[in-house]
Amino acid sequence: MLLNQFLFLAAALFCIGVYGVMARRNAVMVLMSIELILNAVNINLVAFSTFLRDPSGSVFALFVIAVAAAEVGVGLALVLMLFRNKKSIDIDDVDLLKG
Amino acid sequence: MDLATNMLTKIWILPAVMAGSFVVILLVGKRLPERGRAMIGIVAVALCFVLSLLSAFGWTQRVDSEDAGVVACGSARYQEPIVGGMAEHGDVGAPKSEGGAEADAEAAAARTAPLVVGESAAALPTSVAAEEEGAEEEHHSTPPVMCAWTWFEIGTPGAAVAQESDAHAEGSADGDHAETVSADNQANGLFEFGFLADGLTVMMLITVTFISLLVHIYSLEYLHGDVRHTHYYAFLSLFTSAMLFYVSSSNTLQMLVGWELVGLCSFGLIGHWWEEKDNSDAALKAFLTNRVGDVGLILGVIITFFAAGATSFNVLHLNEYALSDGANQALLLVGALCLFGGVTSKSGQFPLHTWLPDAMAGPTPVSALIHAATMVVAGVYLIARLYAVFFEGLNIQYNSINYVAVIGGITVLGGALLAFVQTDLKKVLAYSTISQLGYMVMALGVGAWTAGVFHLFTHAFFKACLFLGAGSVAHACHHTFEMGKMGGLHKYMKTTYWTFTIATLALIGLFPMAGFWSKDEILAGAAQGQDQSYTLMFVFGVLGAICTAAYMTRAWFLTFRGEYRGHGTPHESPKVMTVPLVLLCAGAVAFGFLNFPFTDTFPFSLMPEGLTLRFEHYVEPTFAFPEEFAHPKFDWRIALLTTVLAVVSMLAAYQFYGPRFGRSPFHGWSKKQPFAFFYKVLVNKYYLDVLYTDIIVRHTKGAVARAAYWVNMHIIDPVVVGAGVVARVAGGFVYKFVDQGAIDRVVNASGTASDESGQLLRRVQTGKVQQYAALFFGGAILFAFFLVLFV
Repeated sequence: MLLNQFLFLAAALFCIGVYGVMARRNAVMVLMSIELILNAVNINLVAFSTFLRDPSGSVFALFVIAVAAAEVGVGLALVLMLFRNKKSIDIDDVDLLKG
Repeated sequence: MDLATNMLTKIWILPAVMAGSFVVILLVGKRLPERGRAMIGIVAVALCFVLSLLSAFGWTQRVDSEDAGVVACGSARYQEPIVGGMAEHGDVGAPKSEGGAEADAEAAAARTAPLVVGESAAALPTSVAAEEEGAEEEHHSTPPVMCAWTWFEIGTPGAAVAQESDAHAEGSADGDHAETVSADNQANGLFEFGFLADGLTVMMLITVTFISLLVHIYSLEYLHGDVRHTHYYAFLSLFTSAMLFYVSSSNTLQMLVGWELVGLCSFGLIGHWWEEKDNSDAALKAFLTNRVGDVGLILGVIITFFAAGATSFNVLHLNEYALSDGANQALLLVGALCLFGGVTSKSGQFPLHTWLPDAMAGPTPVSALIHAATMVVAGVYLIARLYAVFFEGLNIQYNSINYVAVIGGITVLGGALLAFVQTDLKKVLAYSTISQLGYMVMALGVGAWTAGVFHLFTHAFFKACLFLGAGSVAHACHHTFEMGKMGGLHKYMKTTYWTFTIATLALIGLFPMAGFWSKDEILAGAAQGQDQSYTLMFVFGVLGAICTAAYMTRAWFLTFRGEYRGHGTPHESPKVMTVPLVLLCAGAVAFGFLNFPFTDTFPFSLMPEGLTLRFEHYVEPTFAFPEEFAHPKFDWRIALLTTVLAVVSMLAAYQFYGPRFGRSPFHGWSKKQPFAFFYKVLVNKYYLDVLYTDIIVRHTKGAVARAAYWVNMHIIDPVVVGAGVVARVAGGFVYKFVDQGAIDRVVNASGTASDESGQLLRRVQTGKVQQYAALFFGGAILFAFFLVLFV
């Protein structure tokens, strides 16, 4: 098995995710990009788990998936509230904490 | 070492117990019932009494045992005096320069084995004569038991320690003789906190604790329901503690502390009922008069300290210095006279006795304890304790007159004469106390040490009995001491009457009461003297004895005989007051026999030696004490003379104050010239109070006040104003340069700095989430680079 390929895939996904988080103005798209980052990490975990024949990495990936689900729930709720208050989900519009 | 001897090393327990009792009564006394707080004091004193009996037993054992060596404990070293111990024992006084180790070893062999307790480096020289000195074999010296801790030390103690270890090695090689050698470091000052037990101390411990115990018990009833009951019992405990501390001190500094503490208690208890101005005035008078004498005392302590090489305040050291050949006679004389200033005020000697009669304003049990039996003899004790200083300083041995003896003699007669004109029973007893204290001082002044101390001992019992008896009488007669309102009390109060009578006989000095033996010994001492007889003192003493017999008979008749002149019906006091009277009365009868004189005359020559002169045997010091010392012999002629004269004067007083009171041929003579003049002088107490208050005080107080005002206006005020000006200028300077210049600038700068940095950093806070994310990821990348490159 070639570990490298999985690592490259994960790195690519991670970079796409980071780009999405920083470049997208739609809040839902930002959340989705975060999912990409998390899943890039999951790929790394599973890949190493299989490579090292240690199941704890896979278990950890399962935890990450569960936590990511919860995070998305909270994130989408935030977006929904944002939309109700501002009639927009453009995160450039949300700068109430400007110093 | 058995329990009793052990007790001698631990006499500090006694003052400590009483101090504890004082603190407890002060702290919890208010919350206890009256009887409870009294019980704390009573139990503590009773414990002390038992312990002092134990220590007395220990001391008698020690005197009787042949090999009484040095017992010392604590950490202080006692230094051998500069020129060695007793001049008589040449080996001890061997010059230091002559011998090295050999001389030390020789000296070690010549001494009996000292018994050194604990880790102490005690080096009391035991100057017991060696066996080879056949002539000296009889002389047996018992050093006191010392228990001292070094307070601080001046000089280098190292050399001394090395010497001692050498000496120890020699001693163990010698087998029988363990020896600690005194340090050869004469320049070292050794200031110790210590306790000293010898016969004199133990005698005082017993006297103080016994009378204090009886007074505590007596006060249960006498001060029943008093306004300041807690205060009273607390002060009694403090007084007992201070007195025990005073008599067991090993050095003059500590004695000074005890001396002042008993003075304080005296002040507090004289003014016990301070609501009446007379009482607080009396307390102040006592305190201030004593201050006058205390100046002399402090000077005396300082002078004797420096005279004896400025190395130690230890009384043995001072005494040994006084006895050494190189002692400075002039310094000793000045020191002794200064010390005698303290004695004059505390022990009521002429002319500073004026406070003592006024001190009768205090409660009667206090008068018995403090102003008759114990505190006022502190001065006598001081002379007895530092006797070598007085003996050598005043040259008692070769003189036939000296200052101490003369003052004692004047006090004997002066006090006794004043007692005649008093109408207050307690005042009679107070002047009688002054007169008796005069006897003691006179005895010490003429060289009759044992007689003086013995009189101190016996006087404590019969005078305490008389005072407590007077208190009992007052208790019966609505708290008055005016003899005009008494009379005929023998019918109402049998126990008080009989005990008072016996104590009166003891005070007069009739055979076989205690006063007879002690007073007779004093008179014999004065008559025989040392090298020459002190004839003048003997005359004073005999005249004093005649007056004593007369004024006591007068007081006795006015109080107990004739018809009752007061109102109401007097009643006998309860048991709690009469039992102490009976016990003291028993002492007044029995204790004279403690020093039963040894005579060759039949049938007394049959007395075994173990029964005669016990007091002299056990109490008189044999260590650091004048050696060539003549003890007065019992003289039938003197005893007979004083007895006959006393009886005659009693009969004369009977003529005057007896059944024919008011009808005697002498009646009214006090109004006739020339007797009226003397009467007036006596009533006015020799005008001493007038001299002190109206002449000395009046003429000095204005001047002193003006001087004080001048000092205030011209010295203190400018100083205060100057200090204010300086403070204001300094404040202005500090405001301008330190506060405004430095501190404020720092504060402002810190504010500005945080403001500027905030302005700078607020630009980062854009509120745009994605910018934060960019910063976050950028930081993460930088951190990752750092990790990869450097870790």
